[in-house]
Amino acid sequence: MSTAHNTGAKAPATMSTGKLAVAWALVGVPLAYGIYQTLTRVAALFG
Amino acid sequence: MGWLDRERTVAPPGFNRWLVPPAALAVHLCIGQAYATSVYKTALVKHFGASLTEIGVIFSIAIVMLGLSAAIMGTWVDRNGPRKAMFTSAMFWAGGFLIGSLGIFTQQLWLVYLGYGVVGGIGLGIGYISPVSTLIKWFPDRPGLATGMAIMGFGGGALIASPVSTALLKMYDPNSGATDWVASGDAVGRLFLTLAVVYLAYMLFGAFTIKVPADGWKPAGFDPAKVKAAKLVTTENVSAKNAVKTRQFWLVWVALFCNVTAGIGILEQAAPMIQDFFRQSDGVSLVSAAVAAGFVGLLSIGNMAGRFAWSATSDITGRKRIYMVYLGVGAVLYTVLALAGSTTTVLYVALAFVIISFYGGGFATVPAYLRDLFGTYQVGAIHGRLLTAWSAAGVAGPLIVNAFLDAQGKPGQLNAVSYQPALLTMVVLLVIGFLANLMVKPVDARFHEPRPDRGRAHEPAMEA
Repeated sequence: MSTAHNTGAKAPATMSTGKLAVAWALVGVPLAYGIYQTLTRVAALFG
Repeated sequence: MGWLDRERTVAPPGFNRWLVPPAALAVHLCIGQAYATSVYKTALVKHFGASLTEIGVIFSIAIVMLGLSAAIMGTWVDRNGPRKAMFTSAMFWAGGFLIGSLGIFTQQLWLVYLGYGVVGGIGLGIGYISPVSTLIKWFPDRPGLATGMAIMGFGGGALIASPVSTALLKMYDPNSGATDWVASGDAVGRLFLTLAVVYLAYMLFGAFTIKVPADGWKPAGFDPAKVKAAKLVTTENVSAKNAVKTRQFWLVWVALFCNVTAGIGILEQAAPMIQDFFRQSDGVSLVSAAVAAGFVGLLSIGNMAGRFAWSATSDITGRKRIYMVYLGVGAVLYTVLALAGSTTTVLYVALAFVIISFYGGGFATVPAYLRDLFGTYQVGAIHGRLLTAWSAAGVAGPLIVNAFLDAQGKPGQLNAVSYQPALLTMVVLLVIGFLANLMVKPVDARFHEPRPDRGRAHEPAMEA
């Protein structure tokens, strides 16, 4: 990183928002499901 | 296999760095399954006619192999890049499930040891460290946030695997409606086959999505001089070979070991511990098994949330300060838990939740801590070597707790006082970790890698 230049920031953004959304959904949906399932068990603690 | 090489994964201009965390998460969410083995533990005990300890060995082998493979393969991972590392990890992790399922179908426990334990364990180690150095390079402005996101996945993986595995076992076993049902070996074997296919697909998605930044890339508006302003943060680089010769590496090793040992002490015993803390004089606990299970679930959330929240916070506070909180405040909370935890369940649950969030935070913050001290050059390999602290804590934590509890009485007869010697021992450990962290100073210049303007006559010796 000693010869820093900013190629990434100046170049036009080619990454589609759709690809980003799909990537995050692929990991986010199962994680949200897991958290939801765990919280239903946690409910017993406060029931 | 040239398409896996590091050179083929350099990001083109305009690549969005926010695509890297989901790639890393895809791997960590899969290998996080290692914390959900309790789902089929009883089924394997019944299937093999083995003891709980014999089945527990499967998990122990996997965790030992995690530490060993991370330590040994770290340099290889740094040299070959994240795509090849993730691909290799996927092969080992899915291969481990396949060999394990063969062992289950043919009733050969040694094949499960070899498959899930040895082969899968290697996949765990390589997978755990594979995205870390890449994330740090993509997020030089927020390394704690970046590694927190990925390592949070390791905590979250069990939250997904646990309910999904239970549902699959029910689907694969025609007797699942019976009272006191325990899944058949055949159902567990089929579960392993399913997990192998699904995890392979997810991890390959991660491998083919991840990219490394081009040399000299930095995010828009990022000024490295501002990062250097923090006393402990270096812009120099230290190789993995030299890092283990420094006092700083071993001080951080001790801090991580103490933090993990203390956390495992609670995690291992979570369900029986809350019941024992609120056991009345007639031997009956005020906390039911269902409530205890809810408590375990809450700790899983705390573990996962702490990985993200505390690690992200460390970008603002600095790594050394946040570790002072994990270890110092952790010691105080542990003391309150030991001496007054049985006062009310609300206090007990709140204390345990925060303590476990510190446990998770310690794991997620440590890659950024290493980056601050040793630079980005071989931070993945250094992280791999540091994870031996995790393996050691995985042995020491349960050993300490079980040894003290065995001396106090039999399960079902224990109460809050029975836990005090074990918990106060953890307080001592946390204080030792706090002092070790307090002693962390910038790494001596003789360990820095040579630069064109500054050579090095000979390799530095081990620091006293």
